[in-house]
Amino acid sequence: MAETTPRNGFSRAAERLGERVYVMVQDLGAIFTLFLQFLSWVARPPSEIRNIIKQMEEVGVRSLPVVLVTATFTGMVLALQSYSGFQRFQATSFVGSVVALSITRELGPVFAGLMVSGRVGAAMAAELGTMKVTEQIDALITLATNPVKYLVVPRVVAATLVLPVLVVFADLVGILGGYFVSVYLLGSNPYVYVAKTYQYLEFKDIYTGLIKASVFGMLIALISCHHGFVAAGGAEGVGRATTRAVVASSMMVLISDYFMTSFMF
Amino acid sequence: MIGIRGLSKRFGKKVVLDGLDLTVPKGKNTVVIGGSGTGKSVLIKCVVGLLRSEGGEILIDGEDLTKMDERELVRVRRKFGMLFQGSALFDSLDVGDNVAFALRRLKLYPERQIRDVVEEKLSMVGLRDIQRLMPAELSGGMKKRVGLARAIASEPDIMLYDEPTTGLDPIMADVINDLIISLRESLGVTSITITHDMASAYKIADFIAMLYKGKIVEVGTPAEIRGSANPVVRQFVEGRAQGPITAENEEFLRFVRRSGGAEGKEEGR
Repeated sequence: MAETTPRNGFSRAAERLGERVYVMVQDLGAIFTLFLQFLSWVARPPSEIRNIIKQMEEVGVRSLPVVLVTATFTGMVLALQSYSGFQRFQATSFVGSVVALSITRELGPVFAGLMVSGRVGAAMAAELGTMKVTEQIDALITLATNPVKYLVVPRVVAATLVLPVLVVFADLVGILGGYFVSVYLLGSNPYVYVAKTYQYLEFKDIYTGLIKASVFGMLIALISCHHGFVAAGGAEGVGRATTRAVVASSMMVLISDYFMTSFMF
Repeated sequence: MIGIRGLSKRFGKKVVLDGLDLTVPKGKNTVVIGGSGTGKSVLIKCVVGLLRSEGGEILIDGEDLTKMDERELVRVRRKFGMLFQGSALFDSLDVGDNVAFALRRLKLYPERQIRDVVEEKLSMVGLRDIQRLMPAELSGGMKKRVGLARAIASEPDIMLYDEPTTGLDPIMADVINDLIISLRESLGVTSITITHDMASAYKIADFIAMLYKGKIVEVGTPAEIRGSANPVVRQFVEGRAQGPITAENEEFLRFVRRSGGAEGKEEGR
């Protein structure tokens, strides 16, 4: 008995791991298929412009407050931390550059992406999941409407277009947050701070951040729609789909961020 | 006319439909009865192409639906209207937009006429002045009627009713029964209804078909079904707890208990 238990435990763990990997690969395949379907429907008439605008409001306007708060505090904490680091070798005048570069290249897009994953990803998965388990998706099909066209296209288009806009705001308030902490709390010279912010910031830093944001938006919407579509088993199933959507899209934001950064360096 | 020949459908290892044959005559209401979880919903979802079958054919006016690609299916589906068990109204849209949904998607009427057309469809199911209400504000019976109005809005040739009276009080159930009959009489639609409500089945059916173990075991007029000699049909229509249907079920339960598996989770429908 004592001999067999650990082996059983190990093989069960291996089995569970294998199952997880299998499900993950299956999900990735399904999400890619959904992406292909999205491409085939996005340009076909009738245009879903009204739905797209509605989703843009949902993804953009409604997420703006949370993205602004996150970005402000990120800029502020960044100023504090880099000040304490640079102070050790008398380079505190570079705080402005570090804040600006970190926010535009990395933290603005990533934090906006994570916030939107949580807020919008959950909402999309819950809404589509509820539609699935209450047969509303079947009803769409019987009413001559393709669910990918009617539900996925507007969400993916809206998220792809709106996330970069959110990130522009995030970049602005992040840099401002850093400025206020540096100038009013840490006593940096405001002119030097602004000059250093501009000195090393290139246009490329900003637009690569915005491209990332666009990709994040698309991934979040695709992943969340997928998890909504495959929801099954009533309210509990919808809850599960929502959790999965948030976890998967947050992870994908971070994973894709690494690869995009390594390509666009 | 709808002709179903040798239809099979399985989920994983579970065979739900096993070579099912059924002919649904034009302009008549055929009611499919059977216990919960016997695959009645699966049957009509196959008929409208929401589920793809593994074998057999489904002929809609001579065209085989099982051989069609998605594009052809979209065209054939326009002949169908479907009333869902839980009504499946879109809860982000108000009643008027729900009923107008297919009319707008298919651009069947100019926008300025839509409200009037919708009001007319709603009056056919005995509702008026509720276009601005949201589905969440409606009672179960009203939802069913709005769902019915939405299904008939694009004037389908074939109606599919998924348990139309389930979850309604007896009076509202009878209102729905009367609506189904009057739609058949006024619009001449061919329809398939699935139900386990025998009172409703006897009232609305031209023909009743009993689904059992993935096959249609008997088809007949309501009177014929009422007098059926088949023990399975008799047990079901008489609603007895003892009989061939449950005998097998109990054997299954004993088997599950013996093998210690608590995974006897039943498929939703």
